[in-house]
Amino acid sequence: MSKQHIEKEPLFHITKREDLPLMYRAGIRTAAIVLAVIVCMILSMILIGINPFKMLGSMFAGSFGTKRRIWKFAKDLAVLLCISLAVTPAFRMKFWNIGAEGQSLIGALASVACIIGLGGKIPNWLLLIIMLLSSVVIGAVWGVIPAICKALWNTNETLFTLMMNYIATFIVSYFLMLWTPSGSSTLGMLNFGYLPKLGHDYFLLILVVAILTIGLYVYLNYSKHGYEISVVGESQKTALYIGINVKKVIIRTMTISGALCGLAGFLIVSALDHSVTTATIGGQGFTAIMVSWLAKFDPIKMALTSFLITFLDQGASQISTDFNIDSAFPSVIVGIIIFFIIGCEFFINYKINFRHKAAKEA
Amino acid sequence: MKELALELKHITKTFGSVVANHDVSLDVYKGEILAILGENGCGKTTLMNMIAGIYFPDEGEVIVNGEPVIIRSPKDAFRYKIGMVHQHFKLVDIFTAGENIVLGDASKERFNLNEVNNRVAEITAKYGFSIDPKKKIYEMSVSEKQTVEIIKVLYRNADILILDEPTAVLTPQETRNLFEVLKKMRADGKSIIIITHKLHEVLEISDRVAVLRKGEHIATVDTKDATENSLTEMMVGQKVSLNIERTEPVNSVVRLKVDNLSATDDEGLKVLDNISFEARSGEILGIAGIAGSGQRELLEAIAGLYPLNEGDIIYNNPKTGDTVDLRDKTPLQIRNLGVRLSFVPEDRLGMGLVGNMNITDNMMLRSYRRGKSFFVDRARPKALATEIIDSLQVNTPGVGTAVRKLSGGNVQKVLVGREIAAAPTVLMVAYPVRGLDINSSYTIYNLLNKQKENGVSVIFVGEDLDVLLELCDRIVVINSGRITGICDGRTVTKEEVGLLMTKSHTNHKEVSHE
Amino acid sequence: MSILNYLLSSFSIGIIFLLGATGEIVTEKVGHLNLGIPGVMSVGAAGGCVVLQLMYGHNIPGFIIVTVSLLACFISGGLMGLLYSFLTVSLHSNQNVTGLALTTFGVGITKFIMSRLTRIGAHEYLYALEYFRAPFSNMTNSLKYCGVMTFLALAVALYASYFLYRTRSGLNLRAIGESAATADAVGINVTAYKYIATVIGSGIAGLGGLYYIMDYAGSQEAYLSIEALGWLSVALVIFSLWKPHICILGSFVFGLLYIANAYASSILGIQLPMAMTPLIKLLPYVFTIVVLILTSIRKKRENQPPAGLGITYFREER
Repeated sequence: MSKQHIEKEPLFHITKREDLPLMYRAGIRTAAIVLAVIVCMILSMILIGINPFKMLGSMFAGSFGTKRRIWKFAKDLAVLLCISLAVTPAFRMKFWNIGAEGQSLIGALASVACIIGLGGKIPNWLLLIIMLLSSVVIGAVWGVIPAICKALWNTNETLFTLMMNYIATFIVSYFLMLWTPSGSSTLGMLNFGYLPKLGHDYFLLILVVAILTIGLYVYLNYSKHGYEISVVGESQKTALYIGINVKKVIIRTMTISGALCGLAGFLIVSALDHSVTTATIGGQGFTAIMVSWLAKFDPIKMALTSFLITFLDQGASQISTDFNIDSAFPSVIVGIIIFFIIGCEFFINYKINFRHKAAKEA
Repeated sequence: MKELALELKHITKTFGSVVANHDVSLDVYKGEILAILGENGCGKTTLMNMIAGIYFPDEGEVIVNGEPVIIRSPKDAFRYKIGMVHQHFKLVDIFTAGENIVLGDASKERFNLNEVNNRVAEITAKYGFSIDPKKKIYEMSVSEKQTVEIIKVLYRNADILILDEPTAVLTPQETRNLFEVLKKMRADGKSIIIITHKLHEVLEISDRVAVLRKGEHIATVDTKDATENSLTEMMVGQKVSLNIERTEPVNSVVRLKVDNLSATDDEGLKVLDNISFEARSGEILGIAGIAGSGQRELLEAIAGLYPLNEGDIIYNNPKTGDTVDLRDKTPLQIRNLGVRLSFVPEDRLGMGLVGNMNITDNMMLRSYRRGKSFFVDRARPKALATEIIDSLQVNTPGVGTAVRKLSGGNVQKVLVGREIAAAPTVLMVAYPVRGLDINSSYTIYNLLNKQKENGVSVIFVGEDLDVLLELCDRIVVINSGRITGICDGRTVTKEEVGLLMTKSHTNHKEVSHE
Repeated sequence: MSILNYLLSSFSIGIIFLLGATGEIVTEKVGHLNLGIPGVMSVGAAGGCVVLQLMYGHNIPGFIIVTVSLLACFISGGLMGLLYSFLTVSLHSNQNVTGLALTTFGVGITKFIMSRLTRIGAHEYLYALEYFRAPFSNMTNSLKYCGVMTFLALAVALYASYFLYRTRSGLNLRAIGESAATADAVGINVTAYKYIATVIGSGIAGLGGLYYIMDYAGSQEAYLSIEALGWLSVALVIFSLWKPHICILGSFVFGLLYIANAYASSILGIQLPMAMTPLIKLLPYVFTIVVLILTSIRKKRENQPPAGLGITYFREER
C-alpha cells in the first residue's frame, strides 16, 4: 500500500442508525423492490428478449388474473404463511430453526400414513383428528430433538436442524417405496382424509391459517410464554437472573415450532395434496425463514411478507408460462428480488457517513 | 527537552446523541509514562480507541512524530508503531500464545513458530517477564493473558503503548511486576499511556497525568506536582464533600447469615474462599475490594445464580420467623420460599434489564408470573413504570421507550426503582452509581437510605471508598475471594480499608493454612 | 473385483463432497456459514458446462479444454461467493437467510441454463468426458472416475489444510472466524479476508459441481442431483470437524454409504430390498448429527465450530 493512499481519510464510514421513521423504512423497501423488478425486467429482456412491460402485466395476471388464480394465490400464501408462523417462536428466541422443511414433511408423512392405515376403516372426522394429532406430534418430536441437545449441551441448532431435513426426506422416500410395490414411488391422490369444503376447496385452510396468525400474535405478545421467549431471545443472562428456566423454554418453544410445522404438513395433505412426495414442501420451509425474518418475526407483518413472496413466485411462474420459458425461470427472478430485499435492510439499520473533511478544508 | 511522540488536537467523538469526547487535545513525549485519569465513563477508553484505530474521530487531528496521520484501523495504528492492550483482552482462545503474538504481523507468509518463540523469549528477557509461548490461551490465567497482550504489542516494535486499566485484574504482586516492566520500557525510550482510576498507581508510576472529566480534557500536570487531593479535585470537579446522610440502625437483627461460602470459576480457580458475614436489617453493609475480587460471584451466589462448592446462606424470615438455607436454590425457588430478595446487578442492560424492551415490559421481568392467567398483565407494570418515572424523575419520552435508549442514570433509576418496588427485605446493589452523574448518584444514595430506614438489609458493593465510608454502617473488605476484614463504617479510615483491599497474597496463604 | 470397484466408486463419489466441503470449510473458518453451497456448486457446474459447450468442435487440445472449463467453473462459483459476501459482509445481512436464498437462486439459474443448453439441441459438453477422465478414460471399471479432478481435489484439500494451519494468512483467517474483533484489533483486514475466503471457498465448491457432471455422472441430467449432494457437503464439514485433511477420509466414508445399496448384493451377497436405499442414504446425516452431538458434549475446544460462525462483525458495535 502506498503511503499516499494511507494518508487519505476514509471515503465513508458506517454507523448504526437509531429507529428510522416508518415512512422512510417503507420507502427504502419499496425502492428496493422497484429497483429489483427493473433489474429483472432488463435481464429478461436481454436474456430471453421479452417485452418488459408485457412481462409486468403477466406478473400481476399470474396472481390476480382469474378467480381461480386468486384462490390459488390465497392457498399458496396460506401454506407459506403457516410454515413461516411455525418457525417464528423459535426465531424470537434466537434459536435458528432451519428445519421447518423436514418438520413439515415428516408431519405430512404422518398424515398420509394415517390415511393409508386407517382410511375407509373409520369415519372421516375421526381420521382427520388422528391425522392432525399424529402430524403435530411427529412434527414436535422432529423439532424438539435438536432443542434438547441445544439445552443440554449447547449443540449447534442451525446445523442440527438442517441435517434433520434430509433425514426426513429419506424417511419419506423409504415409506414411498414401501407403499408402492410397483417401485414407482409415486403414491397418487388418496381417497380419504379430506378436509371439509366450506364454500370453497381452500376456504378452511385459509381460515385455519388466519386464526393461527392471530393466535400466534397474541401468544407471542400477550402470553407469559411469549414474554419468556422474548426475554430468552434478548438475553439468557437476564432470563437466569429472573428465574426463567432457559432450557425448559427452549424445549417448550421448539416443541411448539415443530408442532406448528407438523400442522402445516397436515394441512397440505388434508386440504391440498392428499398425497406425499419428497417435494411436498418444495423448499417452502426455507422460504419461510426469509418470510419470517423479513417480517421481523411479527406474525401480522408476516402476512404481508408472505403475500409479497407468493406474489413474486406466482407472477414469475405466469411469465414462464406466457412466454414459454422453462420452469426454472421463476426461481431466478424471485432470487434476484429477494437479494435486493435482503440487501436493503442494511440501509434501514445503518447510516453511511461520507467524507466531509475535504469539503471543510476547501 | 524531550521529543513529542504523539499529539491529539481537538478530538471529538459522538455515539448517536452521546458525546464521548469533546475537543480533547493531548500530547505524549518519548520515554515517558502518561497516566490518563478519570472516573468510569469519562471517555478515557474511547479516546484511546481512536488512537488505536478502533473508532474513527468525528473531528480533530492525530499527529505522530510531528506528522499528521489518519488512523482508520488498528493496522494503520501499528504502522505508526502504536499498540493498545485492551481491558477486555483480544486474544483467540484456541490459539497458543505464540500464534496470538504473531497474529496480524505482516511479515513473510511462511512462518516458523520456533522463530517467533525465540523472538518472544528475547523480548521477555529484555523487559523481564515470563511466558510459555506454546500454551493455549484458554489455559491461561488473567495475568498471563495480559502478558501475551503486551508482548504482542512489543513484538510489532510499538513505540507508543496504550494500556487500558491494566492493573484492574492483577494482584498487587503482579501489579508490581508490571510496573517494573513498564519502567524498563520507558528507559528504552517508549511512550506509555496508562488508563486508570487508581490514584496511588498514578502517583507511583507516571511522569505526567492527564485528567478527563465527562469527555473533556481538564488538565495535564506533572506527577511530581500532583497529590491525591489535587487529582481527585480535577477528576470530580470542585471538591465535593459527599455529605451523605447516615442514620443509626434501629431494631437491627440478623437477616442473612452467609457461612463459609466457597466457589470456583469455570477454570477451577477459587473465586470465593470461605466467606462468612452477617447482613442485618436496617443497616447498609458495604462490600469493598478491587474490581474482580469476587464481589460479583458473591452477590450472584446469594441470588441463586452462581454455584457454590461449600457453605450456607441462612435467611431469617421476618414475617414467619423461620430460617431457610438458600444454597443451591434457583432464583425462582428463592422467591417461592417467600424470601424478598432484590438484586441490582452490575451488568444493568445485560442482566438486570432487557435493553430492547420498553420500560413497562422491564418492570414486569420479576413479576410477570403473577396470577394464574395464561396471559401477562401489563396494567400493573405500566402503572409502576409511570410511578417510577415520576418519583425518580426518569428522563424518558414515555413508558413505551426501549430502555437501551435511555442514558445510564435513567437506566439505573428504572432498575433500582423496580427492585425496590418489590418491597425487599434484602436488597443487594452492585456498583449502583457507576457512570452516573452526581445528582443521580445522590438519588440512589437516598433511595438506599430510605430502604435502610424501612428495615431492609442493604448490601452495597461499591468501588468509591469515600462513598462506602460515608454511606455504610459496616464494611466487609474482600480481596481475591477472601474476607480480609469487617470494619465499622463510622470509625475505619480510608487507608485502613485500602490496605485490607490490597494486602498481598502471601499473608492469606498463611491464614488459610491455619 | 467388485469390492475394489465399490471402494473406488465410493472414493470417486466422495470427491464431490470433498470439493464442496473444502470450499465450505474455508468459508466457515472465516466465520461465514454459507448455506448457499448447494447453489454455488450447481452454478459452478453450469459455468463449466457452458464454456465446454462453447469450445465444442473447435479442435482445441484436451488439456486446454479442461483447464479453461475449470477456470470458468471456479469463476462462476466464485461470483456466487462474491454475491454472498457482498450481502453478508458489506451489507451485514443475515447469513442463514442469504445463504438459503443463494441456494434457491443458484439451483434455479442452473436449471435454467442447463435446460437451455439441452434445448438448443445439444449436450455436447459431454464430449469432454474423456479429457476429464484422463488418464483412465479407457477403463471400464470404476477407475475411470478417478480423472484429473480427483487429483486436483485431493491436492486442494491437502493444500487447504496446509494453508489453514501452517501459513500466516491461514492463521489470520482462522483468527477472524474465532473472533473478528480480535483479528481486527491486530490489524488484519477482516473485510478483505472474508471476501477472499468466501469467494475462493465458493470457487472450490463450484468445482465439485463440475466434477460430478463431467467425471462421475457423465450424464445430461446430472445437474439435477447436485443440490442434494451439496447439502451432504455441508454435513461433511461438521463430520470432519472443520479440518480439510479429515475431510478426505470423511468424503470416502460418505461415499461408501451413499452408494452402499448398489453394491450390497454383489459384495455381501445380500439382496437388500429397494426400500432400504433411502435408509442407507440417510446414514451420513445421522453420523453427522452424532458427531455434532458428541463434540458438543465433549467440549474439546479445538473441535468446536468456529466461535464466530454466523455472527456479523461490525467494528463500531457498542
